[in-house]
Formats: sequence, C-alpha cells, structure tokens
Amino acid sequence: MSNVTTYRTCPRSGLQFEAQAEKLMIANAFIAVVFLLIGGILAIGVVLTRWPAVHWLEADTFYQVLTAHGIDMLIFWIIFFEVAVLYFCSSTLLRCRIATPRWAWAAFVLMLVGAIMNNVAVLQGGSSVMMTSYVPMMAAPSFYLGLILFAVGALIACFVFLGTLVIAKREKTYQGSVPLVTFGAITACIIAVFTIASGAIILIPTYLLSIGLISSVDPLVYRTIWWAFGHSSQQINVAAHISIWYAVAAIAFGAKPMSERVSRGAFLLYILFLQLASAHHLLADPGVSTAWKVVNTSYFMYFAVLASMIHGLTIPGAIEVAQRQKGYTKGLFEWLRKAPWGNPVFSGVFISLIGFGFLGGISGVMMGTEQLNMIIHNTIYVPGHFHATVVVGTTLSFMALTYFLIPVLFKREMIAPGLAKLQPYLFGLSMYFFCLVMMGAGTLGVSRRHWDMAFQGAALAYEWPGAAYLMMGLVGIAGIAAIVGGGIYIYVTVGSLLWGKRLDEGRQSAQTTPIPPTPVGKAVQTYGSAGFAAPGTFVLAMVFLVAFVLYYFINWKYLSQVWGLS
Amino acid sequence: MSAILPPAERLWWKHPLDRVEGTWIVIALIWCLIMFAMMVGWHIWGKQNLSTETYKTTPDLFMQKTQAVVDQYTVRTETADKIPVIAPPPGSDVYLIARLWSFWPIIEFEKGKTYRLHLTSLDYNHGFSLQPANINIQVVPGYEHVVTVTPNQSGTYSVVCNEYCGIGHHQMVGRIYVK
Repeated sequence: MSNVTTYRTCPRSGLQFEAQAEKLMIANAFIAVVFLLIGGILAIGVVLTRWPAVHWLEADTFYQVLTAHGIDMLIFWIIFFEVAVLYFCSSTLLRCRIATPRWAWAAFVLMLVGAIMNNVAVLQGGSSVMMTSYVPMMAAPSFYLGLILFAVGALIACFVFLGTLVIAKREKTYQGSVPLVTFGAITACIIAVFTIASGAIILIPTYLLSIGLISSVDPLVYRTIWWAFGHSSQQINVAAHISIWYAVAAIAFGAKPMSERVSRGAFLLYILFLQLASAHHLLADPGVSTAWKVVNTSYFMYFAVLASMIHGLTIPGAIEVAQRQKGYTKGLFEWLRKAPWGNPVFSGVFISLIGFGFLGGISGVMMGTEQLNMIIHNTIYVPGHFHATVVVGTTLSFMALTYFLIPVLFKREMIAPGLAKLQPYLFGLSMYFFCLVMMGAGTLGVSRRHWDMAFQGAALAYEWPGAAYLMMGLVGIAGIAAIVGGGIYIYVTVGSLLWGKRLDEGRQSAQTTPIPPTPVGKAVQTYGSAGFAAPGTFVLAMVFLVAFVLYYFINWKYLSQVWGLS
Repeated sequence: MSAILPPAERLWWKHPLDRVEGTWIVIALIWCLIMFAMMVGWHIWGKQNLSTETYKTTPDLFMQKTQAVVDQYTVRTETADKIPVIAPPPGSDVYLIARLWSFWPIIEFEKGKTYRLHLTSLDYNHGFSLQPANINIQVVPGYEHVVTVTPNQSGTYSVVCNEYCGIGHHQMVGRIYVK
C-alpha cells in the first residue's frame, strides 16, 4: 500500500493537497490546456472559413480541421480537466490520499496515448468524419482505437475517484456527508460511467467494422447509442461545471448553499433524468416512435431542466445571502454591484452562469422540443446552442477555476493579472455574441458542418438571404475575438507556470489533518427582505423566466407557419 | 466555505428550504409541465408533427420504386444532367433519393395538396433541409421515412443537404417546386 505520502497545506487557501493527487491534478490539467491550445488554433480555421467574405480553407482541410476541433475541445480538453476536478473534489476536499495512484497514472497515460492516436488519425487525412463519425462513413481504425483507449483511461480515472471516496470514508477524514461540491462531482462521475459504457458499446463494433472483422453496423442503431455517449458526455460537463460554480461561490464569498436539500436534490434529478437526452439528436430521425421521443427528449417531464433552473437560482442566491450577511443589503442589487468584478475567478463564473442559462439553457429546450426541432435540426443553431453550454458554461468555468488554482495548486504567482482580469469579459462576452449570431443564422436555416454557403459548383444552388450572410460574417468576427480571449487564458496560465514567481508551498506533513466538523450556523432566513433570503436573485430568475416563455412561444408561432407535416 | 465543506447538519435531506427556493421550484415545475403539455398537445391540435412511418429498405428496392414514379410522372428535365421533374398527383407516393452528392428527382407539388414523401439515402447519412421554409429531417441509409407534407405556399424551394456527407457536401442541393 502506498501509505508513504505527504500532505501539503496551502497557506493561501487552507486546502490540503496529497502529494500524489497533486501531481496527477497538475498533469491532467496541464494536458487539458495543451488540447485547448490545439483546439483553439483549429478554431481559427473553422471561423475564418465559415466567415463568407474570408472563406479561407479548402473543403477537405476545412472538414479535417472541424473534425479535430470538435474532438479536441469537446472530449480531450474537457475530460482531462474534469479528471483533475474529480481528483480535487475527492482527495483535496476530503483531505485524503488518492486511491491507487499507479492506476491513476495508467489512466492518464491511456488517455494521452488515445488522444494523440486520434489526433494523428485525423491529421493523416483519412478520418474527416466529424466528431460524430456516423456510420457507414468510415474513419481509419486508429481513429476509433484512440477514442476507445481514451475512454478506458477516463473510466479508470472515474474508479480512482470513487475509490478515493471510499478511502476518505474509511479513514474518517470527514464527518457526516461529503461536501456539496463533492456530491456534484459524484453526480458527474456516475453520469461519466454511463456515458463511457455507451461509447464502448458502439465504438468497439465500429472499430471492428473498420478493420473488417464485422460487416456492418446499423446507421440508426449507431446514432441512437452514439448519442447516449455524445450527449451524456456533455451532461458530465454540466454536473462538473455546476459543482465548480458552487465551489467558487464558497471560495470567493464564503457562500453556503441556501439549502443542502434543494441543491443535492437537484443533482439527484440529474442522475435520474439527464441521460435521456440522447433523444435530442434523434427527433428528426426515422424509426423512433413519438412516445419515445416525447418522454426522452423532455427528460421524462423536464425534470432535468427543473434541476438546472434550481441550480440557476440557488448559486446566485447563495452569493446574495453571503453578500447580505456582509452588509451589502441596500436595494435589490447592492450585493451584485459590490461583487468582486475584478477577480477573474468570480467574473468568469458569473458570466458563465448567466450565459449558460439565458443562451445555452433556453436554446437547448427549444431544440429539444420534439416539433420545434424540425426548424432547428442540423442548422448552425445547434453549434450556437452548444457553444453557449460547453464554451460559455463549461470552458469558461474551467478557466475561472484555473485562476484560482494557479497560486493554490501550481504554487505560482499569476503573471499579467491585468490581462487575466480582462479575459473572462473578452472571452465570455464575445462568445455570447458568437452564439447569438449563430442561432440567428440557424433560424434562417444555414447548415452546420458546411464548407460553402454559396454552394460553389452546385447545379441547383440555393441563395441564402442577405441577413444570413451578415450573421455568418458576425460569427467570424465574434469567433476571432473569442479566440483572442482564449489565447490570453493560455498565455496567462502557461506563462504563470513557466515564469511566475514561485510561491510558498506551505507546511508539509506525513499525516492528514481531518476536517473539523462544521459548526451549525444561523439559518439563512435571518437575512433578506419580505421573507425572501435572496430577493434580488428571485427578480433575476423572473427575468429569465419571462425571456424563456416569450422565446418559447415565438418559436411555436414560427413553426405554425411552415408546411403542414404529419 | 460551506459548499466545499461537509454540511453541518448530518441529515442534509432535512435541511429547511427558504421561501425564495420553494416559490421558484413551484414556478419552475409549473413551467416544465406546461412545456411537456405543449409538446403532447401539438400532436392533437398542431399541424406540424413529424411522421414516424418507417420501413427498412435497400438501395435497389428504393431505386426501383423511385424509377417507376419518375417514368410515370416526368413532365420535363432540368440542368445539364437532365434531372427529371416529376409532377405526381395529389395524395400519391413520391420518392426522393439522397445520395452522394445530389437529390433525385426534382418534384413539383401543388399548393394546399397533401403528398406522401418517401425519403432515404443510398449511401451515407444526409440531411433534408427545405429552404426557405426551414424544415429539417435526417435521412438515414437503410430506412425509408414516409413524411406526409402539405405545402402551404407556392414558390421554388431548395433541398439543402445539412448532414455532412463528404467532400462534395456543399454541392448537394435539390429542388421542389410548389405551384
């Protein structure tokens, strides 16, 4: 047993890092940022080609670049970072050693080898099949093998996380229940295990097909199971970044969850219903029944949407309560005005939360409504939606967390704090605009994954309205602004690791210091007004609801005007 | 720092909830149920619902059926490739082939009349994206999807392929006329 380890107490945060876990977190987070860099460079090719006035890359290069951009960002960047988050939420927050560090390193190596193998396959040119790789369009065998190795590695990492929870429980490093943030990470891990299993079920036969061992994989079965992997992997992100939002609210404000029961209950709803969303991608498909579509696409009866709406209230609500306790009680919004807007850890998370709810959340429900999907399916509205969820939601949250981790985990002083202060605004707000104009173009019907909206060489070309060209031009401009914002993040992060001043490591100890029991505090109801602990947040939530309801019915109005279909 | 520390109360499921949370949960739940009812209700009262009528098919079989309709109802040909334009009678079965990288044939519908449009792909996944109406349907090889359509406006419509299908994807555009 590897009981010979040390624990370091960070003097800046009071967090305690176990030596093995710390190295693993650093390695996983660092490789994540490398893939973000690669994906970001590829993004330049994507936006400059879709910007009609520039139309930079040739068709074959464009599809190759788009394939690699999707996989590097959606899978490799995010999941490497998530593994670091899982280790943080178990070993660091529970102050225990990490389970089976050798297995954790094996997981890391498998993931890295798989990611490189997949990237090389795409780079060689024969695997421009997009992230979804729908059969019967085939990629090189190493494309699938890379993904499978990566998935096996990620699965091992999930079990290391679960094992670490067992160690913490057995060695009694905490009392009572795990912290809410760890609870959220457990949610993410459970969804991840389901997701990776689905990926294996469909990618292994597809790999066998690519090397000629089996003769066919049914295209519709592939789509159904692939999306149980493809969509659910985005649900891991939701659970992970919402956990980070709670963590940052706690770190930046000392905020407590308003109610442990409500927040944890909402995570339980995710576990129960979030995976049904594979149906979102099959609403325009043949061969699936209406009842199946309606039940699955709505997460039974929108119960996972309910959960997200709950988190969307309880996180700013917890911040509001904490701020009011500090005396910022004037009016509805003093707590928000006096928030640390210059701290990128907070501003990143807040921009992420608002954008995820208003842009990603609302548009997601539109696309996931069975009938409304027909006016959205496979248009560029879809990437507009998922850039709002995965980039504004997940990526920006991870960036914000990184600013916290640079001094705490990497023990370096951040270089260029002025740039870091600006970064969440530049990146987040340009992504807001990017998503909006993409959805605008999608509403006009512009296709996603399409090299040329002018249809060069087509005998029966269609002419998009001028507004569609304008929107796609704005997509290009906003995309470049966001890439600059992403570049600043990478410069600050990597630069701090290379040239940042080394900070005090803190006290080392051979033993862990168990977490003292939390004293029972005052109930949150003591603060606020009109019997509401967080009236300002409630007003914001009502603004959200009004926007949601209006946009929902506008889309139905639009649908009611198209051809009759039955 | 409580969200990153164990909760003070050992039994977190007994933690009281605040009025702001309780109110919001009720409002959000009502909205969720309205959205669910809307989707079900549109199947009863709405006029745009995607058919689920589907058959397994093969490229040869579907090609034969399409050819028979083309032989019977072709009124003229268009473009250098002489793509047939068919004008099938209202209510009839119409076949549209999606393949690398074209839609075949061109169809002429009458406004306000209903047709049974059969869609399939002979090779990869394709997308049926009717513009400017903006109706989007996935076309999956091996599956014949029968969609009942009732055009409500006359004009020239394009069928853009919006599922990535390889290097010639951007040239894959078909046409439907509505008289």
